[in-house]
Amino acid sequence: MPMRDSIRLPNPYQTDTHQQWRASLRKFVDSHITPFVDDWEEAGTLPPSLWQDAANVGLLQLGYPEALGGISAGTDLHHMIIAAEELAACGAGGVYASLMVHGIALPPIVHYGSEALKQRIVPSVLAGEQHISLAITEPGGGSDVAQLTTQARREGDHYIVNGSKTLITGGLRANWFTTAVRTGEAGVNGLSLLLINANLEGVSRTPLSKKQGWWCSDTATLYFDNVVVPCDHLIGQENSGFLPIVHNFNNERLALTASALEAARVCFEDAWCWANERNTFGKPLIKHQVIGHKFAEMLRQINATQGYLDSCAWQITQGISKPSDVALLKVQATQTLEFCAREALQILGGAGYLRGCRAERIYREVRVNAIGGGSEEIMRDLAWRQLMASNA
Amino acid sequence: MKILVAVKRVVDYNVKVRAKADGTGADTANAKMSINPFCEIAVEEAVRLKEKGVATEIVAISIGAKQSQEQIRTALALGADRGILVETDTDLEPLAVAKCLKAIVDKETPDLVILGKQSIDGDNNQTGQMLGALAGMPQGTFASEVNVAEGKVKVTREIDGGLQTVALNLPAIVTTDLRLNEPRYASLPNIMKAKKKPLETVTPADLGVDTATRVKLLKVAPPAERQAGIKVADVAELVEKLKNEAKVI
Ligand SMILES: Cc1cc2nc3c(=O)[nH]c(=O)nc-3n(C[C@H](O)[C@H](O)[C@H](O)COP(=O)(O)OP(=O)(O)OC[C@H]3O[C@@H](n4cnc5c(N)ncnc54)[C@H](O)[C@@H]3O)c2cc1C
Ligand SMILES: Cc1cc2nc3c(=O)[nH]c(=O)nc-3n(C[C@H](O)[C@H](O)[C@H](O)COP(=O)(O)OP(=O)(O)OC[C@H]3O[C@@H](n4cnc5c(N)ncnc54)[C@H](O)[C@@H]3O)c2cc1C
Repeated sequence: MPMRDSIRLPNPYQTDTHQQWRASLRKFVDSHITPFVDDWEEAGTLPPSLWQDAANVGLLQLGYPEALGGISAGTDLHHMIIAAEELAACGAGGVYASLMVHGIALPPIVHYGSEALKQRIVPSVLAGEQHISLAITEPGGGSDVAQLTTQARREGDHYIVNGSKTLITGGLRANWFTTAVRTGEAGVNGLSLLLINANLEGVSRTPLSKKQGWWCSDTATLYFDNVVVPCDHLIGQENSGFLPIVHNFNNERLALTASALEAARVCFEDAWCWANERNTFGKPLIKHQVIGHKFAEMLRQINATQGYLDSCAWQITQGISKPSDVALLKVQATQTLEFCAREALQILGGAGYLRGCRAERIYREVRVNAIGGGSEEIMRDLAWRQLMASNA
Repeated sequence: MKILVAVKRVVDYNVKVRAKADGTGADTANAKMSINPFCEIAVEEAVRLKEKGVATEIVAISIGAKQSQEQIRTALALGADRGILVETDTDLEPLAVAKCLKAIVDKETPDLVILGKQSIDGDNNQTGQMLGALAGMPQGTFASEVNVAEGKVKVTREIDGGLQTVALNLPAIVTTDLRLNEPRYASLPNIMKAKKKPLETVTPADLGVDTATRVKLLKVAPPAERQAGIKVADVAELVEKLKNEAKVI
């Protein structure tokens, strides 16, 4: 059995359809993704056909309303967690980041968009025909969302948009941007979410191709120069953009946690195989106590993260989750990943410094996990403030 | 045309099975269980025949513990229409399995029964053949190609000397070999739909089958550990070793 399965704790919330979904996805990833990942990473992009394939297995549609082309009947958070885990097992986090980027860009439309917007965008994105990205971060800052400066000035039936967004995943491929803009006063109460067509006049984009990791995931800087956007492309109410932005945070952080956790398991697995084959000082590496204890410590952190993840998932399905718990879960996951990537590469020795093994790539993806989707500092800050507020 | 497919619940092929310390069997507690790979090929072949318009209904049957429902659900997710579980906690021998299947064949009167050539736990390679004898149906075993036309099924068989093609009158029995097809994976919607497909449970007693064991298991032991190989300097040394150490020439 693959090591990453041997070290997976039994999960009381995962039943028959979950196991079947994992088995199906594993075949999908083994046949359609893993063999090609090295080439895609070097090419800096994913093949367009991948979206079609992912739609065929049901991956893109998971968790979205059936009326909009999604698959939700009988599914729950654990199907999503399994999807994040099995995709992470290919050893290139950029695959999930790009292929599933609609997971952060689409929910605001599904939950807050007008019927017309939903019908126009959601089914075609879920079918893999159109692409959508989330554009929040600006050159001036990402963590402090309340201070963003991209302007949308109302003129009759239109907004005139000016400004710039950066580090936008899928930004080169996207047909649409779910964009955070300033429509009113300074601070959170002047923010709106606006859907911007990438083909509009005044929209331009440049690639950010020299990244530490996630090479196969395209990342772009966007420029908006007097872009004329129809008012009915507003997602939710004007100056109430903060709500749709934060609405999806729980699910996003859960998915990020599951990805990071599986990547940690992959590091464990790669190092374990190596330590059993490699001999130093007359015996296999795994028989040296110093190395053996590294595995024990990695497993302790992996187990703790899984238990915490399962608890948060349960809280969310019960509707009793605390955002502070989910925020700190993400910190727990990325710190576990950071530790396991470090230890795995240490165990792999010089071999792990060379490209071509999963752990080496994952090592270069640690920081984007720890910074993107809410950095560790911001997650702790959120938890700390909530603790104070709810226990004042 | 109706197709019956047999699916067995076995220890997943990825699991390294160990013998129990007391030698009474293999230690499969907590091991990951899956559908037998040859059975999965059987399901795939049936689904392809349905997609071609040859078959109209596929019934998946498993004989075993209650948890074998999971393997039936997998078959349903891959495209079978309904399932029958013959529930028993006894580990059945091929003859008892074949008798259960015979009873179901009598009831369902399928045109084709597709089974794996063997299951990867017991590796017996007997059930399909025994079913053929019991039901008086012609059999095409170790199939690497199956074609149904004009009341006959043409089966290309993998045999020691190469390939052999036989034509069988329907109803007939086919057992699958590895190269027959590459099984698909179930999509999420099909996994969900499978939950709603009918699954009936019967027992061997309901079918009037005597499941008494006829084979006595004496002991299960791991194979002797292989010695590390050695390098020889030249042919003379090789011959010397073969003669005096290996004693094979
Ligand atoms: C590969 C990649 C893909 C990305 N994809 C997207 C995308 O698709 N869409 C999108 O909108 N954004 C995306 N981002 C941007 C990401 O969300 C931001 O990088 C992140 O929010 C942090 O913002 P920043 O980089 O501007 O750092 P800053 O906000 O400038 O922060 C810098 C550092 O200071 C810390 N810090 C900031 N404020 C505080 C404080 N009050 N207390 C303590 N520490 C603090 C932060 O934790 C961080 O470590 C992506 C980033 C990367 C690397
Ligand atoms: C970019 C690069 C440049 C290099 N340049 C050179 C060069 O110019 N010339 C040259 O000769 N070499 C060079 N090396 C090789 C380098 O010296 C070796 O990688 C290093 O000595 C470790 O050996 P190893 O990779 O074989 O790991 P291994 O010896 O296989 O060790 C793997 C891991 O196990 C640990 N380990 C091993 N034995 C034990 C034990 N008994 N107890 C506890 N832990 C143990 C090690 O600390 C290591 O973390 C280079 C390596 C790199 C990455």
